[in-house]
Amino acid sequence: MQKNNTAQQKAANGERLSFEDALELYHGADLLDLATWARAAKQKKSGQNIYYNVNRQINLTNICTALCPLCAFSCEAQDKQAYVLEKEAVIRLLQQTAAKTPGLTEVHMVSALHPTKDFSYYLNIVAAIKETLPQVHLKAFTPVEIVHFSEISGQSVEEVLRQLQAAGLDSLPGGGAEILDDSVREIICPKKARTADWIHTIKTAHRLGIPTNATMMYGHIESIEQRLQHLFTLRDIQDETGGFQAYVSFPFHPANTELSHLARVTAWEDLKMIALSRLILDNIDHIKAFWMMLTQPIAQLAMAFGVDDLDGTVEEEKIIHAAGAKTKTGITKAEIIEMINETGYIPVERDTFYHEVNNGKSGLPAAEVQD
Amino acid sequence: MLTPTEGLHLLQNGDILQLGQMANAVRQKKHPGKTVSFIIDRNINYSNICSNECRFCAFFRRADHKDAYVLPMSEILAKVEETVAAGGTQVMIQGGLHPDLDLPYYLHMLATIKEHFPVAIHSFTATEILYMAQKAGKSVKATLLELQAAGLDSLPGGGAEILADRVRKIVSPKKIMTADWLNVMETAHSIGMESTATMVIGLGETLEERIDHMEKIRALQEKTGGFRAFITWTFQPGHTELGGKKTSSWEYLKTLALTRLYMENISHIQGSWVTQGEAIGQVTLACGADDLGSIMLEENVVRAAGTAYQMSIDKMVKLIEAAGFEAAQRDTKYNILRRF
Repeated sequence: MQKNNTAQQKAANGERLSFEDALELYHGADLLDLATWARAAKQKKSGQNIYYNVNRQINLTNICTALCPLCAFSCEAQDKQAYVLEKEAVIRLLQQTAAKTPGLTEVHMVSALHPTKDFSYYLNIVAAIKETLPQVHLKAFTPVEIVHFSEISGQSVEEVLRQLQAAGLDSLPGGGAEILDDSVREIICPKKARTADWIHTIKTAHRLGIPTNATMMYGHIESIEQRLQHLFTLRDIQDETGGFQAYVSFPFHPANTELSHLARVTAWEDLKMIALSRLILDNIDHIKAFWMMLTQPIAQLAMAFGVDDLDGTVEEEKIIHAAGAKTKTGITKAEIIEMINETGYIPVERDTFYHEVNNGKSGLPAAEVQD
Repeated sequence: MLTPTEGLHLLQNGDILQLGQMANAVRQKKHPGKTVSFIIDRNINYSNICSNECRFCAFFRRADHKDAYVLPMSEILAKVEETVAAGGTQVMIQGGLHPDLDLPYYLHMLATIKEHFPVAIHSFTATEILYMAQKAGKSVKATLLELQAAGLDSLPGGGAEILADRVRKIVSPKKIMTADWLNVMETAHSIGMESTATMVIGLGETLEERIDHMEKIRALQEKTGGFRAFITWTFQPGHTELGGKKTSSWEYLKTLALTRLYMENISHIQGSWVTQGEAIGQVTLACGADDLGSIMLEENVVRAAGTAYQMSIDKMVKLIEAAGFEAAQRDTKYNILRRF
């Protein structure tokens, strides 16, 4: 299709975009044109495959020293919804999950910045999870939590990551990036890791061979320029380290947060950002649509907008639902497969590294779990 | 114009984005510019008593059921008054096939509303019209003329469901069949009473039957020109005897785009936030829809099937604007009344 300006031409040709190109596309391009170009970019990266995995979320605690205005999950120790999972409870939960879901391949664990738990609490839990489910991938702790561990342990970020890695941590989920611009962070999450800290932690992890995801939380107080700049910051990091496996964006859910006067951005915006992220992040292999954030219909549609990963079956998500998400807290593998099949794409169950998992024999055989 | 074979081919093999873009091009040709319209109206379900007992319906009750009701005239008037006070310009009065209510009851209802309020009465499905005519022993045309004289302005396109008797015999065996529905519409158009047309997908119809439905509407439109808009809904299986699965939004959007492509002779395509939610409702604006229907101050039938999305004028305007369009309130005839 002949396009009358450079940015659209570049997007249509799959060329690397500049910040100005991205801004031009954001304001000037047709939604379905963006989708068409993004889908072509996806096709080059992953063909007809759409990935998903069988995972479980664990949120160790909701007691947090940061108490970010953007968050509906965190609370203080004296609040009645406050909880902390001790190691034994975590192991019990995982044993139950593994018994129920023998094909579990990943545990995704992110939590709050607990005021009194020391670093050994986290190290012990990591070690215990690995001991309980040695073949399950452990993706845990946002850079914000890693920076917190560094502060409470008096050790460097690198040392913290090395110890967690030695205890069994496999990768980081990449959350807490929000918008990597301190003028925004000052308002939405003033007490948590700043832009430079987040970037430093991610780069350190990548250097140590710990892969991560990249994220963005948009649709609060940031400008469009700040939002797009965030994507270019991620692209620059990736050019340097190559350590991002996937990118996932989170539309901000304002309910029950201190920013509840804001409106949730619309589906149109979600789809546009997904397509733009696929076009901008030409060096990140996978773009994930988190169905829980987007709803299943929009997540399904996102497959036509450049997404190649629907995340996981996710059991028991708490953080997004605290912010009023009305989606389910988990869906079955059959539901995900059906969603993908209908689009004509090929559903591929993956492990955390996007290796195909053989269906039926995925992850741990049931017998081993019960040993 | 697409042939049925071409339409079927696109429905079977068309790419969702390409269908959306082609439909959007047709929409731009028919309605150049950025206006997306909506209406403010209220559904008034004067009764839920219905002898049709369709298997896809969660709203109807048998006359002896404890939840069965008929609204008194005073309540109907109060609802119309609230609608007008809220900026509404239309009421959509629909009930079931009530065995004890006759044509004079409806004529009185219409005349009373018109006497008190300057509101467009876009009411009664073809099914109700035919039932009124049969009970009165009059022709459809004579019945429609009387209703028109009493104040009925136009007919909504409901009750069409899927115009395939094979499916109708399964999902709504007692309800009027395809030929009757088309006949009521043709008769209404012949006396200058315009209407909309609808299609419900997900009732177990084949894709051929969907195309056939579009073809029947398009053919009648060639003859009468009386359809103002076409609306696709997805069957809401909750609490119905028929049950089953909801049609996906993926499927809905493809079908919606195809309706824009197929029915070139119908002016407007409505996106349905009522059955699909506001998110997909918004996305229809990229796939050929130029109107988002009504904000519906009250809606009971879809709600009875377990689907309840909330809409307000403010929300509607923001939804349209966030997609880069300009919101406009319209009347029943699609004249623009107000811009935001």
